Amino acid sequence: MRSCLTREAQTLIRLSQVQRISSVFFGGGTPSLASPFTIATVLETVSRCAHLAADAEITLEANPTSAGASRLAGFRASGVNRLSIGIQSLDNAELRLLGRNHTADEALGTLEEAKKLFPGRTSVDLIFGLPGQSVSSWAGGLEELLQLCDDHVSLYQLTLERGTSLFKQVQRGSLPVPKQEVVAEMYESAREMLRDVGFRQYEVSNFARNGALSTHNLSYWQGSQYIGIGPGAHGRFVPRAHGESLREARIQTLEPDSWMKEVLACGHGTRKRTVLSQLEVLEEVLVLGLRTDIGITHQHWQQFATSLSLWDMFGSSEEVKELEDQGLLLLDNRGLRCSWKGLAVLDSLLLTLLNQLQQSWADRTAHGT
Amino acid sequence: MLSLVTRAAGVWVRLRRACSTAALLCCQPCMEKCPADHVVFSRPYSSQKKEKLDMSIFPVENIRNFSIIAHVDHGKSTLADRLLEITGTIAKTDRNKQVLDKLQVERERGITVKAQTASLFYSYEGMNYLLNLIDTPGHVDFSYEVSRSLSACQGVILVVDANEGIQAQTMANFYLAFEAQLAIIPVINKIDLKNADPERVEKQIEKLFDISKDECIRISAKLGTNVEKVLQEVIEKVPPPNVNIRDPLKALVFDSTFDHYRGVIANIALFGGEVQKGHKIVSAHTRKTYEVNEVGILTPNEQPTHKLYAGQVGYLIAGMKEVTEAQIGDTLYLHKQPVEPLPGFKSAKPMVFAGMYPVDQSEYNNLKSAIEKLTLNDSSVTIHRDSSLALGAGWRLGFLGLLHLEVFNQRLEQEYNASVILTAPTVPYKAVLSSAKLIKEHGKEEITVINPAEFPDKSSVSEYLEPTVLGTIITPDEYIGKIITLCQTRRAVQKDMMYIDEHRVMLKYIFPLNEIVVDFYDALKSLSSGYASFDYEDAGYQAADLVKMDILLNGNSVEELGTVVHKDKAYAVGKAMCERLKDAIPRQLFEIAIQAALGSKVIARETVKAYRKNVLAKCYGGDITRKMKLLKRQAEGKKKMRKIGNVEVPKDAFISVLKRQSEK
Repeated sequence: MRSCLTREAQTLIRLSQVQRISSVFFGGGTPSLASPFTIATVLETVSRCAHLAADAEITLEANPTSAGASRLAGFRASGVNRLSIGIQSLDNAELRLLGRNHTADEALGTLEEAKKLFPGRTSVDLIFGLPGQSVSSWAGGLEELLQLCDDHVSLYQLTLERGTSLFKQVQRGSLPVPKQEVVAEMYESAREMLRDVGFRQYEVSNFARNGALSTHNLSYWQGSQYIGIGPGAHGRFVPRAHGESLREARIQTLEPDSWMKEVLACGHGTRKRTVLSQLEVLEEVLVLGLRTDIGITHQHWQQFATSLSLWDMFGSSEEVKELEDQGLLLLDNRGLRCSWKGLAVLDSLLLTLLNQLQQSWADRTAHGT
Repeated sequence: MLSLVTRAAGVWVRLRRACSTAALLCCQPCMEKCPADHVVFSRPYSSQKKEKLDMSIFPVENIRNFSIIAHVDHGKSTLADRLLEITGTIAKTDRNKQVLDKLQVERERGITVKAQTASLFYSYEGMNYLLNLIDTPGHVDFSYEVSRSLSACQGVILVVDANEGIQAQTMANFYLAFEAQLAIIPVINKIDLKNADPERVEKQIEKLFDISKDECIRISAKLGTNVEKVLQEVIEKVPPPNVNIRDPLKALVFDSTFDHYRGVIANIALFGGEVQKGHKIVSAHTRKTYEVNEVGILTPNEQPTHKLYAGQVGYLIAGMKEVTEAQIGDTLYLHKQPVEPLPGFKSAKPMVFAGMYPVDQSEYNNLKSAIEKLTLNDSSVTIHRDSSLALGAGWRLGFLGLLHLEVFNQRLEQEYNASVILTAPTVPYKAVLSSAKLIKEHGKEEITVINPAEFPDKSSVSEYLEPTVLGTIITPDEYIGKIITLCQTRRAVQKDMMYIDEHRVMLKYIFPLNEIVVDFYDALKSLSSGYASFDYEDAGYQAADLVKMDILLNGNSVEELGTVVHKDKAYAVGKAMCERLKDAIPRQLFEIAIQAALGSKVIARETVKAYRKNVLAKCYGGDITRKMKLLKRQAEGKKKMRKIGNVEVPKDAFISVLKRQSEK
């Protein structure tokens, strides 16, 4: 596995002809189960293939159980400098419901260790909208965590994945999930609580104080290129070594054994490549960029759409104006972004904006530019 | 005998093949079972297979024209099958099931939609008889057709189920026959059933129809018990038609069908004279002249004859291109020999209207051609092109009644594989205008309103009228309470109530038609565990307190949802519509008020709350292709939504409100 990861990293970085790697994120599944040695080997390969700055952000996703104190130290020694802990909940019943193996105490213990090893660079995840959860029980749990956490918090609404036992129980009606209104209330109260203790909501689900933003995820939301390595990983980059100029969406083979065979056979396990058109890239830039509090600045947009400014795209649309009038969206000299209220309903705003983008793009093309 | 059945015409493709081909194979055993003189009688035809029949051998006094009438499922079609078998018209096989019911829906529902006719040859006491069985449509929706069919008859066989007894439709059918002064032969069927109680039924017949129980024939059409007796009674009791062959031709069109190769095939009964190939005939209704190409009898397939004579029943083909040229009830006569048309001709008058739209607009042309083909055989359906902002291009179709509508829809689906959105049925209202200006505009004082958008304002109207029907319900007495309550909620007024035997009650109510077009029958059936039967007949128009109800979305009226309702029902209807809309309109970025209003007065309201949160929580590290696809699909859907003010309404929302509700 280790040699395959390095082999694939090497192949894909060369393919992209990227000169500088700004961050590395070990995530998906339970990467903290991997050995620190594997992490170190991959990082070494990356820095051999491209420039990896000494202070580049290297994040590891860790589950409380598998991240004993000594292992965490080992990861730090291998180059990891940021930890993201999947605490999920501080209620043991909720943890069982989510199928987690750890307890609230174990989670807090891991957090304690992590804060010592990665001060100012430890993030925690919490989930809301769980069956049986109320606004006050949710707020209570968050309050408790806020006493203990470091400078970064991610809050996710429960999404029911098909095939999980939770999904089946909810489908059957044996587990009542909170109503839409209640979930909205949970989100709203959490945003306010975090704001009140000095956190900046720099993205829909992410909060940081003392400037502890995740640079890796931020560049993802800003539409930067990323190279996905390992079974089931996703990537977005231009395979310049093949003389291409358009960005590709790439998916690596999901099943580990087949992935390894493919890597051994041809250096990488890319299962699917989809060339993204310029419009598709713009759509992703729009969808991702508006998730951040800064939104999409004019300069940022200009990097992707050289011929059409944000004003050209959205400035004359009645429907966009309506959204501005409703206090949900702002288009000004800084760029395009959501208001506090608008961020919570971004997916509704995006439908109008995507249609407008498509329209302006078609008009522009029709006029022969 | 053979020759009568070997000619299979292309048009009857839905007829079971067994009827024509099996006849050849089974002929011998059939003949063995027939009385000897019967076989002798059939011989003249067997040697001249391809020759046309000479119908002159049947003088008027040897002709009997009759129908079988019955409530649904009482065994009308089974009895017809047996009569056809006994007379050798069709071969006796166990596959002869409802030979005359040719449509799939007829067999499925056990009803007869399209009347069929069969000429039977029967020898009785040394005489050869021509018995014309004129089948009638089995539902009140087609009561006009029934009355036309009956006017070609001199007698009827009234079939009553020995177990179920007299039902609502038995009553309706009896009165039609009684009013036409026809000889009535009461037959109690299904005496082989375990629960059969023919005595009780005889008592009912005596009480309700004033027919002595001695006249009733107890039969089992299924087993053939006593069926021969029925035929003999037809000969004994039904008088021959009172017509004269020397009179000029006078033929009643009592049905018509359409054949792609030969055009319209009109079923006719001759009230005078004779008709043959080459004759020039005129339609009394359209005044158009045609040259006769072919005449013949139905056995039940078309069997050409040299001529048809007064008193006989058969078919005629004369170059008519559309069924509207051979309208039911019309009279045909010879060119330059006009006759007084037979009384009672009416053009079909639709009483129930419904919008019909293709589910997908790209299916418009296919649906159009399917509807055209179906209406070729059914001139009583009226078609007007219509378009709805929400549902696209479609039609507003007029039907004789609710069953007619259902049958039409079912045939579209079964025979043409068309999938349609059918809107809730409405009835034609009338308004008596008081405004001089409007009267001048319409050229008359009383106007019919089918489209709610054209409903005139109360200020320019002296009164509104709604169509009513006289409904007959027959039920076991334990359900009376529930049924009376149901009728009251439907604004019905009781006219009569009587026990027809110790346990069964007949109720008569005047109903506003619009109260029964939607789900009355289903409600009645479900609260009586299926035991109550219902039938109705037209009872004219009555004054009604009608109002136009608008549906508003954030204060903007939705044109396609406007409806005409009775004032007493406005709240219930309005509330139901608002509730259905609430479930069908997705949340938006602002609150949506859904209101039902009479003029400026809001009578019901529902609210769709604004979205407070609609954003995917977790979005990093992984693949956003799925998310992008989902968003783009939603954005595409947003484009297709209809905007009422700034409220976006998906097509599904309109469908869920406008569509006929199959259950409530």
